Amino acid sequence: MREITLSQAVNEAIAEEMRRDPTVFLMGEDVAEAGTPFKVLSGLVEEFGTERVIDTPISEPGFVGLAVGAAMTGARPIVDLMFGDFIYLVMDQLCNQAAKQHYMSGGKLTVPMVLRTNMGATRRSAAQHSQSLQALVAHIPGLKVAMPSSAYEAKGLMKTAIRDNNPVVIFEDKLMYQDKAPVPEEEYLIPFGVANIKREGSDITLIGTSSMVQVAEKAAEILALEGISAEVIDPRTIVPLDEATLLASVKKTSRAIVIDEGHQSYGVTAEIASRLNEKAFYHLDAPVLRMGAMDVPVPFSPALEDLTVPTPEQVAANARRLCAGELIHAA
Amino acid sequence: MAKAKSNTEDYLRMYRQMVRIRTFEDNANQLYLSAKMPGLTHMYSGEEAVAVGICEALTDDDRITSTHRGHGHCVAKGAEFKQMFCELLGKAEGYCRGKGGSMHIADQSHGNLGANAIVGGSMGIATGSALRAKLQGADDVTVCFFGDGATAQGLMYEVMNMAALWHLPVIYACENNGYSEYTKTEEIAAGSITARAEAFGIEAHQVDGQDVLAVNDLTRKLVARARKGEGPFFMELMTYRYHGHHVGDINREYYRSKDEEKDWRDNRDPIIRFRAHLVSEGIATEEDLDAMNAEVERDAAEAVAYALDAAYPDASEVDMHVFAA
Ligand SMILES: Cc1ncc(C[n+]2csc(CCOP(=O)(O)OP(=O)(O)O)c2C)c(N)n1
Ligand SMILES: [Mg+2]
Repeated sequence: MREITLSQAVNEAIAEEMRRDPTVFLMGEDVAEAGTPFKVLSGLVEEFGTERVIDTPISEPGFVGLAVGAAMTGARPIVDLMFGDFIYLVMDQLCNQAAKQHYMSGGKLTVPMVLRTNMGATRRSAAQHSQSLQALVAHIPGLKVAMPSSAYEAKGLMKTAIRDNNPVVIFEDKLMYQDKAPVPEEEYLIPFGVANIKREGSDITLIGTSSMVQVAEKAAEILALEGISAEVIDPRTIVPLDEATLLASVKKTSRAIVIDEGHQSYGVTAEIASRLNEKAFYHLDAPVLRMGAMDVPVPFSPALEDLTVPTPEQVAANARRLCAGELIHAA
Repeated sequence: MAKAKSNTEDYLRMYRQMVRIRTFEDNANQLYLSAKMPGLTHMYSGEEAVAVGICEALTDDDRITSTHRGHGHCVAKGAEFKQMFCELLGKAEGYCRGKGGSMHIADQSHGNLGANAIVGGSMGIATGSALRAKLQGADDVTVCFFGDGATAQGLMYEVMNMAALWHLPVIYACENNGYSEYTKTEEIAAGSITARAEAFGIEAHQVDGQDVLAVNDLTRKLVARARKGEGPFFMELMTYRYHGHHVGDINREYYRSKDEEKDWRDNRDPIIRFRAHLVSEGIATEEDLDAMNAEVERDAAEAVAYALDAAYPDASEVDMHVFAA
């Protein structure tokens, strides 16, 4: 199968959906001529014109608000938020407006919009351009949240997001834009709420989101050399969450580590871990462990930044201790 | 060149500060190109007369808030090369102990409250600083630097309204360099920028941002009036950035022509213009100025060498400073 980058995968998904559905349009800062700073959207304005690929001023709450209104009245906007860190600026439009319209209207209004943004540290971009804020939006009922872990997921999830009748937030890891993966030429969609078992194993389940899937896979390789068999699962969407697949795996392995790049406290890892504890408690041989980013703003200095995100070695070390029956009090 | 007869010392300091900014940026760019600097950075080259003209009208007690393109403001407000380069390289001796980097560099000793990586993100901070001055009866003034692109942020209009209602000692300094990232200002800003301030009853001026004396004269007057409670004020400084949006923005002809860049560099350079003025007015000779340039270059080279050798922060610092004691 051909291999394309995550960036190309996103681009293809959007182009295909724009060709299929004339109500889909794209809006954001420097999305047209520049094709975004990461060049993810290059070429779209040439094909679809400036009516459907719209450069906006640096007015995030404004253009997200426009997307909500356009979505409520018959369009399917995709808004591009240049950095995930800017989610804070658009929280009202996203969480008070987009997320609640359907419910507040008794099911009469819908907001079929996609907010695509990014996450991920270690790019030396410091505290306001490195955050992984998926937990913030996953907390809000009415928003769906997708976290592609490769080009394949990025394409399939984006197409599903565009066709979904709800506001969907997609977090792409900005360090993965150039990573290649096999992506079929033929059309495919990846349904929301269906986890992907990336690797089967019997001793421990490693649940990772986005780039943490790769971290988990590398940890699994390290562990395999030591005779520990790790199962690696990618939930792909954290809202909705494929609880059944996660529970089945944990019931089989009896141990689990949940890894996500958001801050560990009050985060995605905490939510998943607690569901496993609630629903698989009697199958567990060890506490479910959370591994998130350190609870600090992302520091600029490489000497500090690299300490803040989970690594395969740390995941493997924790897995080893869980499998050895050591109680872990602090990861 | 606007004429203002002031003392030689002030003029030479302004020249020197502009050269220091240019030299700092040339070195920073070199550090990026030679892969010695982590991440990306935004060059201030071309806009020196704005930061210097304004900051030379301020005292150390006056505050500024800066932007992602903040090295110029930082130097102009009095910062030292060594701590600045250390910060850019993520070293422990940097102004922020390596935690902030280029986009968050700050220097409290000279009243620089910090660069900001959120466009328009410092507008509340600057206006709040002015509110504090008023509440506490202090006579310092705060200057809020921001780009033309930042005028699209709603926050600006909220804080300008309050600043005008309460006569706060804040000066909004819009550095209009014609672009926000890869987009021309006219494509993202409707109407007139100064008229937006005027709608709140804020006195607004447009000034040639390549003319350090014009900028300095105007700022001195506005600062003096702001100290007396006549603020706020708004300045739109017409300027140009020589480099790309950031150091990695190298192939940029799709949004900005080489001819346009050359025209600004050759015909409107703030340093060349001021230098010619100093020489023609007999304030300095070419030799004096060359010697000054050479000295600044030596300082910068020394500071870069120092920063390259300096230590990274210890791992134990990673969770330090999350909360104040
Ligand atoms: C809220 C926010 N939106 C977008 C960005 C990305 N961004 C960084 S600089 C910039 C352009 C800013 O233009 P301008 O204010 O004119 O300043 P200049 O870079 O020209 O100095 C953009 C869009 C950001 N940092 N913050
Ligand atoms: Mg600008």
